[in-house]
Amino acid sequence: MPEPRSISAYWKRNLTYVAVLLAIWFAVSFGAGILFVEQLNRIRLGGFQLGFWFAQQGSIYVFVMLIFVYVRLMNRLDRAHDVDEEEDGR
Amino acid sequence: MNVAAWTFVMVALSFALYIGVALWSRARSTGEFYVAAARVRPVINGMATAADWMSAASFISMAGLIAFMGRDGSVFLMGWTGGYVLLALLLAPYLRKFGKYTVPDFVGDRYYSRTARVVAVVCAIFVSFTYVAGQMRGVGIVFSRFLGVGIETGVVIGMGIVFFYAVLGGMKGITYTQVAQYCVLIFAYLVPAIFISLLLTGIPVPQIGFGSTLADGSGTFLLDRLDGLTTELGFGAYTAGRKGTLDVLAITAALMVGTAGLPHVIVRFYTVRKVKQARSSAGWALLFIALLYTTAPAVAAFARTNLLTTVSDTPYADVPAWFTNWEATGLITFDDKNGDGRIQYTGPAASTPNELTIDRDIMVLANPEIARLPAWVVGLVAAGGLAAALSTAAGLLLVISTSVAHDLLKKTLAPSITEHRELLIARVAAGFAVIIAGYFGIHPPGFVAEVVALAFGLAAASFFPAIILGIFSKRMNVYGAVSGMVAGIGFTAAYIIYFKMLHPELNTAAHWWLGISPEGIGAIGMLINVAIAVGIAALTPPPPALVQALVDEIRVPRGAGPGHEVTA
Repeated sequence: MPEPRSISAYWKRNLTYVAVLLAIWFAVSFGAGILFVEQLNRIRLGGFQLGFWFAQQGSIYVFVMLIFVYVRLMNRLDRAHDVDEEEDGR
Repeated sequence: MNVAAWTFVMVALSFALYIGVALWSRARSTGEFYVAAARVRPVINGMATAADWMSAASFISMAGLIAFMGRDGSVFLMGWTGGYVLLALLLAPYLRKFGKYTVPDFVGDRYYSRTARVVAVVCAIFVSFTYVAGQMRGVGIVFSRFLGVGIETGVVIGMGIVFFYAVLGGMKGITYTQVAQYCVLIFAYLVPAIFISLLLTGIPVPQIGFGSTLADGSGTFLLDRLDGLTTELGFGAYTAGRKGTLDVLAITAALMVGTAGLPHVIVRFYTVRKVKQARSSAGWALLFIALLYTTAPAVAAFARTNLLTTVSDTPYADVPAWFTNWEATGLITFDDKNGDGRIQYTGPAASTPNELTIDRDIMVLANPEIARLPAWVVGLVAAGGLAAALSTAAGLLLVISTSVAHDLLKKTLAPSITEHRELLIARVAAGFAVIIAGYFGIHPPGFVAEVVALAFGLAAASFFPAIILGIFSKRMNVYGAVSGMVAGIGFTAAYIIYFKMLHPELNTAAHWWLGISPEGIGAIGMLINVAIAVGIAALTPPPPALVQALVDEIRVPRGAGPGHEVTA
């Protein structure tokens, strides 16, 4: 087990990642898809109004990307702080 | 071959596949029964989670709802996908590290309280039963329309199949059967969507097709044509919203948080071997879900366009066969108010009275017929709808049986029972749950839709805050958590019961508190839960050192147990 200081740094960094990613999560769904949908609808993306596109398509694509970004960031952080799980190959 | 014959072939083939998979993956221990001995690979687990999550509501009802709601339908799209981001970032890895089998396990241990555990068990059972009844109803609708058997017979057949693999296979059987069911349901959803997209826009990718120009040579964008049609007929523009902004915010939030708090979704993350895999399997799950959820709004726009151009102002004598077939089930009704023999299909803003009523649940099932796709596609869609309903029902039945055998008996009432007996009781409980669910499928309570809103609201206002606070606040104690859960549930349930059951006549935006509908009130219930929990916890003693150490422990991945290998 690594010493407590490293663990608390690990946890703080984790919270930072979560906060930033959830801010993006909020911005694309509640922001672009709901609160600012009318303003964005003035911009067009082919046949889509942009706000409508975020509400019915774009937000979902971003959600998927957010999770995989988090997975990558955390795998790296786990290794850096030596708290990752051993590969036991079973 | 006609539609009925093709449906029979598709359904029989898919059922044979599920039974084969179930036989191949029987559970032999409680560990395998509850969490598949925590040995499932992330991609497989993601696929199973996706099938578990996407119910008859997602497959059969959602695109139809969006087709009639237009932009407001995005509350379902964002609400039922955004919750997975919360799951992956805030719940899944920590619950996997914690180990154990169920959500009540976590609540009971983290808050060192039997009361907290029992409250959680009761919520889990209630939420799961609500859902199961809806799934069985979906099975009944598909059978009665496409196989020509009564809804009762249809439900009994569905019950038999679910009983077979849930009771024999447990989580292990369910996981692998759900993988097969995901493949069937996504194929069945995409094939007609691709065909219809090609027919309407000439583009094979529905997600792009519904933002493209129509293939009729007019050069008009499909969505512009649809906006034009809906406005002309008095429904208002398709891409414009009609609900209040605050209400849309609240509903979306309640659905997202409710998703992340549903016990049958959370338990899936106990089935992988590592914390790392719990994170990535949430990602895979959402990717597989997104495949259907980004197609659904396209299907909705296509279906609405096709419907309006096909039926509007058509002489009743000339309607296509699908119209007559669905009329026979009572899900389409035509009332020739002005006696001109033509179908006037109009919205609230039109001067001509509307003569056509269409049940929203039939849009996905009728869509291939409306677009005149070949009969085998129609049969495929029926098999897909059944896959969606059965996979969700099986996952829920497992939560119910686990709650009864593990949380209620082993952990609360009779701690001394053996592994072998516990497994037996879990199977008996699953059997009973199937029968009760089937009863509700055949005799649905009139308020099924209302109860579903209640289930999401309760999950959002109870489990989610209790679990999050338990992980992210070491200071959170039993007093705060329990009073928060009780206040959150109480407020949410009271609001929903008041508007949905006691005073349905007042259930309009004018009477709602801040214009928030009962569907969205779970979001407010959640905030109340958090506020009360944090306030009470600050005034009462912190949790014991042992519990604080447990919180430290679950925050780091290393040392996650290999699962729960106990042979029966």
